[in-house]
Amino acid sequence: MSGPQPIDTEPSLRRRTALASSDARLRANLVRASGTLGSRKAAAFGALDDPEGLRHQARAIRHRVLARLPEVLEALADRVEAAGGRVHWASTAADAADAVVAVARSHGARLAVKSKSMASEEIGLNAALEHAGVEVVETDLGEWIVQVAEETPSHIIVPAIHRDRAQIARTLSTVAGRPLADDPQELAAFARDQLRRRFLEADIGISGVNFGVADTGTLVLVSNEGNGRMVTSMPPVHVALMGMERVVQTWAELEVMLALLPRAATGQAITSYVSLITGPAGRLEEGPEELHLVILDNGRSDILGSEFAEALACIRCGACLNACPVYRQVGGHAYGWVYPGPIGAVLTPLLQSSKSAQQLPQASSLCAACWEACPVGIPLQDLLLGLRRRSAAGAGAGARLAWEAWSRLWSRPATYQASLRAASVADRAAGSPASLPGHLDRWSAGRDLPTAEGPTFRQLWDQGRI
Amino acid sequence: MTGTAVLFPTCVVDGVRPQVGVATVRLLRARGFRVELARSTTCCGQPAWNAGQVDAAARVARTTLAGLEEAGGDVVVVPAGSCATMIRRFWPELFRLAGEPGAAERAEALGQRVRELSELLAGLPAGLPAAGAAPGQADRGPGQAASAGPVVYHRSCHMLRELGIAEAPEQVLDGAGVERVANPTAGTCCGFGGLFAVKLPEASVAMADHVLDGCVASGAATVVGCDASCLLQLEGRARRRRLPLAFRHLAEVLAPE
Repeated sequence: MSGPQPIDTEPSLRRRTALASSDARLRANLVRASGTLGSRKAAAFGALDDPEGLRHQARAIRHRVLARLPEVLEALADRVEAAGGRVHWASTAADAADAVVAVARSHGARLAVKSKSMASEEIGLNAALEHAGVEVVETDLGEWIVQVAEETPSHIIVPAIHRDRAQIARTLSTVAGRPLADDPQELAAFARDQLRRRFLEADIGISGVNFGVADTGTLVLVSNEGNGRMVTSMPPVHVALMGMERVVQTWAELEVMLALLPRAATGQAITSYVSLITGPAGRLEEGPEELHLVILDNGRSDILGSEFAEALACIRCGACLNACPVYRQVGGHAYGWVYPGPIGAVLTPLLQSSKSAQQLPQASSLCAACWEACPVGIPLQDLLLGLRRRSAAGAGAGARLAWEAWSRLWSRPATYQASLRAASVADRAAGSPASLPGHLDRWSAGRDLPTAEGPTFRQLWDQGRI
Repeated sequence: MTGTAVLFPTCVVDGVRPQVGVATVRLLRARGFRVELARSTTCCGQPAWNAGQVDAAARVARTTLAGLEEAGGDVVVVPAGSCATMIRRFWPELFRLAGEPGAAERAEALGQRVRELSELLAGLPAGLPAAGAAPGQADRGPGQAASAGPVVYHRSCHMLRELGIAEAPEQVLDGAGVERVANPTAGTCCGFGGLFAVKLPEASVAMADHVLDGCVASGAATVVGCDASCLLQLEGRARRRRLPLAFRHLAEVLAPE
């Protein structure tokens, strides 16, 4: 299959979240891991002199770049080419996948090693390469685990966050053909042994890009496992895939973003590896002879011109996922597509037109923990509300009429009072317009209804009983 | 600060938890306010706003805006963080989106006088002792059986993050001598979220369970909050699980008998 994977439409969002919510082990794994990441982040930011100042600075940088994105991208592309790299502009997911496949084919590649790239998930790259006869091996440990398990990542930076160590040991044992202990050291050693060989055999290395620096054409990758560096230095060809918004103009701007990203993602002041790649290897250097940069639009230009442009300020740290009380109970797969959590609930309906994608902004209680967690201050809850408005405007007449009927009843004090008195306490308790059916059952399946308190507050007041 | 406090009871208190309104009135009177009811109000429109239904939300909010303006008063008191948020944070945007810039300006002006209950109380001189006075009896409110043990405060999200009211409720409880324990899941959403609770009920219940497990672990006997809606969510789930927890609005804990 080439092109992007469609959003998982069946079962529905409710069924997917219900299924995930019923998995106690999944929920325990998520709460534990996201809690750890959240508290590490809090500690890392707490250690800064002026975390809010840094956040404001980063937000200003992102906005400045987005305001003149085409220009910044042109500058980046010019500098990458000046440094000896090749730039491919991809309007669609399929264009991007085709560009990577074409590079692989031109080298007769049989094996590609990849470091983590959510953009590659977005364009369905692994499937496209495999369709073209290229074996793809994920080399980020978490990403490799989900690949071996034939799953998809459930988190932007921690792909296997939904699995605990025993589950991982079981999966890797099937690869090993022998039982492996659920000991992180042993499992990592096994993975290292398996992956090292593949780095040496690979014909092509594929990476994402955390930031492109326009001033020098430098591609920046942060990682903790060293796989990113091997992917970008051992095979003779390096293809970097970058969402078009992932750029800064200057190194000074990069410095701010690099201070934020690891702190927000994992609570680290800096990751173990920060790779700065400017062009292919020189004649006297070791490294890839060819560097290709694929710049992915795939709907981003449309977002840029819309009321949802702030979503493009995202630096993919995953902090909003860790903070989100919905994500923490249902995990990433319940969102049905590549990007989960609050940022996924915003990006997915913007990048995918399917009806199912448009449901995702409902996967939020609008608690704004995402906004609080976001290192660049994206008001995700406002964007979710905006997307709900967009859906409502395009929704069928049924819902609109029901809301209109409710609003007519509740816009006159007399009819509002009459409706409160007429409604059973159960209807009132559901906190929902009585004209929207089915809500009571959905409430009472897991929760008791409040006991009746008798007259309404206004009746008590009018009776002089207060 | 004293004077006339206009009470916006909110639809949830009006229809489902009138005793929260009663307690709010008693509490405000005990703190020296003359209390008036904003009679011509209905709902803040938040259910429709959160559903993306701007016209329906504006239609309802318009009524309540006019009702609150008409009621006057020195301060408008809302015993619900979420409804106070709707008025102060979202009404101006709502009316602008509905093509009513005049109403948006009126909402901004009104918003200056709108206070969530604990926010108002925290700005006042130390209050009267809580109902029952002695620690351990602090949760004895109107019409409720006494239950021994400390309270744990649940921070509701809108008021915490959109209005930035974080410490005020705890300060007010502590100032009144209510025995209180720390909440291990402070700041985590209860899973209500208005229609979210019925759109994705299983996720909503899982979220409630996470918060409730924290409340049980805290050792508290009573969960106190500033939003009746969040409390309905937590209480509904706790009852289904037969958890030994009582649920009280801040006003019910603090109001004199």
